[in-house]
Amino acid sequence: MTASLPTGASLQEMPIERTGSPGSPPPARRFSRWPDVVFSGLALGAAWLTLALLAGIIGSLVVGAMPAIREYGLSFLWRAEWDPVQDRYGGLVMIYGTLMSSFIALLIAVPVSFGIALFLTELSPNWLKRPLGTAIELLAAVPSIVYGMWGLLVFGPLLAQYVQQPLQAAFGGVPFFGQLFKGAPVGLGLLSAGIILAIMVIPFIASVMRDVFEVTPPMLKESAYGLGATTWEVVYKVVLPYTKTGVIGGIMLGLGRALGETMAVTFVIGNMNQLDSLSLFEAANSITSALANEFAEAGEGLHQASLIYLGLILFFITFVVLTLSKLLLLRLKRNEGVRS
Amino acid sequence: MTVAGFDAARLARHQARKRTNRVALVLSLAAMAFGVFWLVWILVETVRLGIGGIVLATFTEMTPPPQAETGGLANAIFGSAVMVSLATLIGTPIGILAGIYLAEYGQKGWLGSVTRFINDILLSAPSIVIGLFIYSAVVARFKSFSAWAGVLALSLIVIPVVVRTTENMLSLIPNALREAAYALGTPKWKVIMLITLKSARAGVITGVLLAVARIAGETAPLLFTALSNQFWTSNLAEPMASLPVTIFKFAMSPYENWQKLAWAGVFLITLGVLGLNILARVMFRNKH
Repeated sequence: MTASLPTGASLQEMPIERTGSPGSPPPARRFSRWPDVVFSGLALGAAWLTLALLAGIIGSLVVGAMPAIREYGLSFLWRAEWDPVQDRYGGLVMIYGTLMSSFIALLIAVPVSFGIALFLTELSPNWLKRPLGTAIELLAAVPSIVYGMWGLLVFGPLLAQYVQQPLQAAFGGVPFFGQLFKGAPVGLGLLSAGIILAIMVIPFIASVMRDVFEVTPPMLKESAYGLGATTWEVVYKVVLPYTKTGVIGGIMLGLGRALGETMAVTFVIGNMNQLDSLSLFEAANSITSALANEFAEAGEGLHQASLIYLGLILFFITFVVLTLSKLLLLRLKRNEGVRS
Repeated sequence: MTVAGFDAARLARHQARKRTNRVALVLSLAAMAFGVFWLVWILVETVRLGIGGIVLATFTEMTPPPQAETGGLANAIFGSAVMVSLATLIGTPIGILAGIYLAEYGQKGWLGSVTRFINDILLSAPSIVIGLFIYSAVVARFKSFSAWAGVLALSLIVIPVVVRTTENMLSLIPNALREAAYALGTPKWKVIMLITLKSARAGVITGVLLAVARIAGETAPLLFTALSNQFWTSNLAEPMASLPVTIFKFAMSPYENWQKLAWAGVFLITLGVLGLNILARVMFRNKH
């Protein structure tokens, strides 16, 4: 108490510093403008850089692919021939492999992701939501090279033994349908690539689905429950129609990921430029694995240009798919109104 | 229809609806189990096959020729560490600045929305295309594969990740905080650097960690930029080995010693990447 008294007194005696003349307000604090200008300039520059990046990617791919574009034009898309020895190229085999493996991936991943999102939003007890959600998201974090090596050396042989051989035994004799299961069941090819891609895109689709399911207004769901709807009916007839655009957006995002995935596919697809049979078991090729395998060795000239042309086609397809995905998700967000 | 018949029909429908519901819920549970099953399986196999390769020699010796008795991954681990850290150092400031632009300057204008849109597309764009871009822009021009090219390719992957998280985290900061700072006469750059960015620090660091985790496992953009190197090098103008590319080369080979080292590499990479991811999550959760 006694100790605090002198300080109180000295505070009162402390002179108030004033730079201006007495009676006038203190002058405005001045700071120079330039740090602000520099900083906003830097931020603006960084934003432009992102745009320039896209322009740079498209520009450099078009320039690099020019010799092949001039040589083949659009017919590159349906030429199946890929012959570095005679220097003749066409992209059909790779484009087919990319589209087909991604299609198989979606066929598996969409229902599974839907189930996972349904489980996480409607069924899971609260204490399990976070660990299970994290586990699914970690599936997306595993590097693709790990999927690739695991797929080639662990999963492939098992797939051959326990899935491909029985399938072949069961459907091998069926006309037309049996064509899909011809060839040596070695665990390589479009089917393996599709399954591994499915595992890789499940986390992306599932987390978008979960997020959009969660924005469904509880009032809507509770009204349906109040009318006696079952959990399945609420999800299928209320939540799903409400979040339709978001769900499709999530599927598109998964598709974009599957199309551009490189390493996992390169390991298991087999890298054979053939389209003689439509079999899902035979080694095939995709755009990404052709690039990964051949590009570093390709001599300059038509071979390299054709590979870059393939890259350009891949970038174009994923760009369109991802744009669609983004637009659909934005539309859902706008429908939410005030929520951002 | 009699009353009893009507009731029976209703009861049957009720039963059918309940059955559908039960089937759907069981399938949903199965889907969840399916997802977790793959994660567990991959992790178990990675540990089982990789843990044997984690010996001292793996960290001290160079990548061996085929069928050698000894050998390790020292140069690959070093190369990965160098390229990942340099790429993070280059990509992070640009990403944070662009994120700041989106959240603090360009909320309304066309440039903001276009950049946001393009950035989200770049976030999911195939990484091998980034490799092609750097190949044509850098490698083809200087006529040599180099670690610098690899660093650039990786930093282009860092940028969109950091932009996304920085913008999200900055827009979570309440406007009242900014207004309070402006009211005290603080210039805008100081408000951003000392108030908003500081408050969003945990989230931004999370984003950087996620970006590091992402590029640490990236193989595709390095394949024709940094290429690979059998020897130790710290010269960034030369091709440089990296863990993912080495794994790719070794795993595809028929040699047993190479495959064993590849599994050891896969184990290290999985451990590192998942560790970073979990660290990022824990950090973010503690803050929010």
